[in-house]
Amino acid sequence: MLDLTYETPKPKVIAGAKHDWELVIGMEVHAQVSSKAKLFSGASTQFGAEPNSNVAFVDAAMPGMLPVINEFCVEQAVRTGLGLKAEIHLKSAFDRKNYFYPDLPQGYQISQLYEPIVGEGEILVDMGPGVARKVRIERIHLEQDAGKSIHDMDPHMSFVDLNRTGVALMEIVSRPDIRGPEEAAAYVTKLRQILRYLGTCDGNMQNGNLRADVNVSVCRPGDYERYQETQDFGHLGTRCEIKNMNSMRFIQAAIEYEARRQIKILEEGGEVVQETRLYDPDKGETRSMRSKEEAHDYRYFPCPDLLPLEIEQAWVDDIAANLPELPDEKKARFMGDYGLTEYDASVLTADTTSAGYFEQVVAACDDGKLAANWVINELFGRLKTDEKDISESPLSPAQLGGIIELIKSDTISGKIAKDLFEIVYTEGGDPAQIVEERGMKQVTDTGAIEAALDQIIADNPAQVEKAKVNPKLAGWFVGQVMKATGGKANPKAVNDLVQAKLGL
Amino acid sequence: MADLNQLTIAEARDKLRAGEVTSAELTEACLQAVEGAGALNAFVHNTPEIAREQAKAADARIAKGDAPAMCGIPLGIKDLFCTKHVPSQAASKILDGFKPEYESTVTQNLFDAGAVMLGKLNMDEFAMGSSNETSVYGNAVNPWRRGNDDTPLTPGGSSGGSAAAVAADLCLAATGTDTGGSIRQPAAFVGITGIKPTYGRCSRWGIVAFASSLDQAGPMTKDVRDAAIMLEAMCGHDPKDSTSADIPVPDFEAMLTGDIKGKKIGVPKEYRMEGMPAEIEKLWADGTEMLKAAGAEIVDISLPHTKYALPAYYVIAPAEASSNLARYDGVRYGHRAKLAQGDGITEMYEKTRAEGFGHEVQRRVMVGTYVLSAGFYDAYYNRARKVRTLIKRDFEDVFAQGIDAILTPATPSAAFGLGEMSEADPVAMYLNDVFTVTVNLAGLPGISVPAGLDKQGLPLGLQLIGRPWEEGDLLNCAYALEQASGFVAKPGKWW
Repeated sequence: MLDLTYETPKPKVIAGAKHDWELVIGMEVHAQVSSKAKLFSGASTQFGAEPNSNVAFVDAAMPGMLPVINEFCVEQAVRTGLGLKAEIHLKSAFDRKNYFYPDLPQGYQISQLYEPIVGEGEILVDMGPGVARKVRIERIHLEQDAGKSIHDMDPHMSFVDLNRTGVALMEIVSRPDIRGPEEAAAYVTKLRQILRYLGTCDGNMQNGNLRADVNVSVCRPGDYERYQETQDFGHLGTRCEIKNMNSMRFIQAAIEYEARRQIKILEEGGEVVQETRLYDPDKGETRSMRSKEEAHDYRYFPCPDLLPLEIEQAWVDDIAANLPELPDEKKARFMGDYGLTEYDASVLTADTTSAGYFEQVVAACDDGKLAANWVINELFGRLKTDEKDISESPLSPAQLGGIIELIKSDTISGKIAKDLFEIVYTEGGDPAQIVEERGMKQVTDTGAIEAALDQIIADNPAQVEKAKVNPKLAGWFVGQVMKATGGKANPKAVNDLVQAKLGL
Repeated sequence: MADLNQLTIAEARDKLRAGEVTSAELTEACLQAVEGAGALNAFVHNTPEIAREQAKAADARIAKGDAPAMCGIPLGIKDLFCTKHVPSQAASKILDGFKPEYESTVTQNLFDAGAVMLGKLNMDEFAMGSSNETSVYGNAVNPWRRGNDDTPLTPGGSSGGSAAAVAADLCLAATGTDTGGSIRQPAAFVGITGIKPTYGRCSRWGIVAFASSLDQAGPMTKDVRDAAIMLEAMCGHDPKDSTSADIPVPDFEAMLTGDIKGKKIGVPKEYRMEGMPAEIEKLWADGTEMLKAAGAEIVDISLPHTKYALPAYYVIAPAEASSNLARYDGVRYGHRAKLAQGDGITEMYEKTRAEGFGHEVQRRVMVGTYVLSAGFYDAYYNRARKVRTLIKRDFEDVFAQGIDAILTPATPSAAFGLGEMSEADPVAMYLNDVFTVTVNLAGLPGISVPAGLDKQGLPLGLQLIGRPWEEGDLLNCAYALEQASGFVAKPGKWW
């Protein structure tokens, strides 16, 4: 496998009224575990079900009900940890986080504060070819999601939907290693990509299956390096946490706004107050939700209903052995095996469906570079026009591979191939057969091309004279020959002949 | 047939199997006894229809020769157990009108074995109390009285209704739960047997939680044999309770040989408390002699961290309770306060919980919230957990020395008068648990056996503490003690 080395991206610098500032960002991503059943009850996790239809007695916190861990959710957390090259804790434990809210029926969330299931790992966040930020993962823990309170359906009442209550979440906590709004979005993108590769979270942000809390602080250039040397947070600024964001665009906008807000306060001689803030996408600003003093005292303590979670190394090894190929590995392999550029390899490995499609095309045509060009430039472009996903492509990998085969064998020209692509895309069919039936084969017979060219030269003596003075006009003759042959002439052969005949 | 309600489980089982009585007859006798015992306030909800139906089904099973030991036996069920479609309120106003859609594992186990439910039994609210006086239904009353004095006495708590009902022969036996002594103390106060098994022996699923790491269900019975029979039917692994142990349940009754020759019985010096009544001191000494006479070897032992047990318990239990009781918020079931115009969710919580919880429950919720709060957690909760570990180690050490069981008094006094302690400092009431809480903190099995009467004619109990998962041996020691003490006294009927 190709061993890729990356340059570290420059941190984003914001020029304040007085001087420059840098950003320091840490993220807590809540990823819903892909699992049919909830973390501690057998209730379904199906999205969009009738309100309060996926609720077990445990979820509704009926008296005397007890949680029982869903082993599959544990497996998914372990798989995620392995995918992030993280330390797996063979012993972890659950704690209760106590607070009152109607959509939290137990009055506590079962989480893992003191002993999370996954420890330190890392994510390589791609910031363009050859540039990537290594973001350290501090921990991943399993916890229950809350339900949904609905306050705008009735003027006097609030409604509660417990379908989401008790659904398993992984909270993935990063170190403050992210240095700008774009990096933050790229971090979430990369994390989501890995989770999807692993099949441990569908990453659907719209449905709230992936949400991010973002911790933002600002510091002067140089401060962050001092923090890195000492791991002393004292070198960094006071942070604010922006809660619960479920769009890449909002994440960037919120960080940008929040950084400027903090810079303004600091430059005016004020102090940033540590607090939790909410982003208002309509106004494009963050506002205070609660200050540190108002912060809940969650009274964490070990959940007495659950024994410490102990898993075996052999089980972890088994999960590790069956881990799918991950984005970084796949990208390196595509570059190494198919000679793709990092950019093309990145595009093709963005998701496993695209990557899989691409590899099937390669299998059909045995040319990685051509396959990459056609998938990225033609197919993705065409699908985008139709607002279709790669999984909905009317063109099969075998069909696209067939088209590329025809190009490789000089049976059709690149231009004809584009027409053929459109025909197969819209009408279907076997590319080779279509070429045969519709007479789209490329003319490589120099005799025929020569005859056509001779005729054109004979008909246009003035142009011939001009071309001898200005060789650029040779293109005009090439175009005329192509026109005369219905575009099927081999462009290279035409070009060579034109050059020879005109004595250029 | 008269007085069928006075039978033990074993006697009734044998008569049922012999066809001498039917479960229907037993059940009617008990229902009548319950009917006539309103003054004891032991039952808070009667279920005669269910009882008669279950008795009929039991008789059919017995007729077919398919009769487990508990088949056809009429029982009372502590109100802490959720019983399907039957009010289950933990004697609290906050669960007003609550009828579960599910059956607790323990009661289901009993019903699967053919047992008959007469109704739900009084208790301290959420099992928090030692006198039954915190019940929303008012206290149950001890069927025993002091000599000629008719001062009403406490049946103990929290399983006071269970204790009163069994002692007064309203049922053949009852379920109890024990978080800090709630089976053993009331059993001692009314002269019956009560065992708290090893933590994890009985499923907690469907039992309203007080302090999850301490709560255990157990039987309250007329004698040790019944305790063995009923415990076997109640317990067993339950995948719905993660703390339930997946280990086999032995035939406890078969282990009652009465032979304890060569057994080492430890007598811990730390349980000899200052100011302990002479009668308790004497009872303990008598018990020691009885076990010695039965062939056991008596060993003086030390459990050095005993004195820290009560404070640690009164940190850990309220801490867990404060969290366990958070679900009673008026949102989904039970009591919800009437709200004023403009009241929001916070007012709903505050008013509901202020109205729904009694004072003792409120006190413990507040204590628990305090000890878990940021800044106090280490000083209280974490320190209490460390103490708990030390207490557990104390027991492990003596068991490692070859001690088979430990003999202590069950309670620091005989049953006290209702109201006598309710005005006192709550800590004085908490002292009732001084001999019993260590067992819960260590997760060990403990049994209270009646061993004598005090000079006012009130029963006194001794406690035996066993090795984890060795309830069979423990019951056998208790059986030997029961045989030796020959305790047969019953309260005179005044109700």
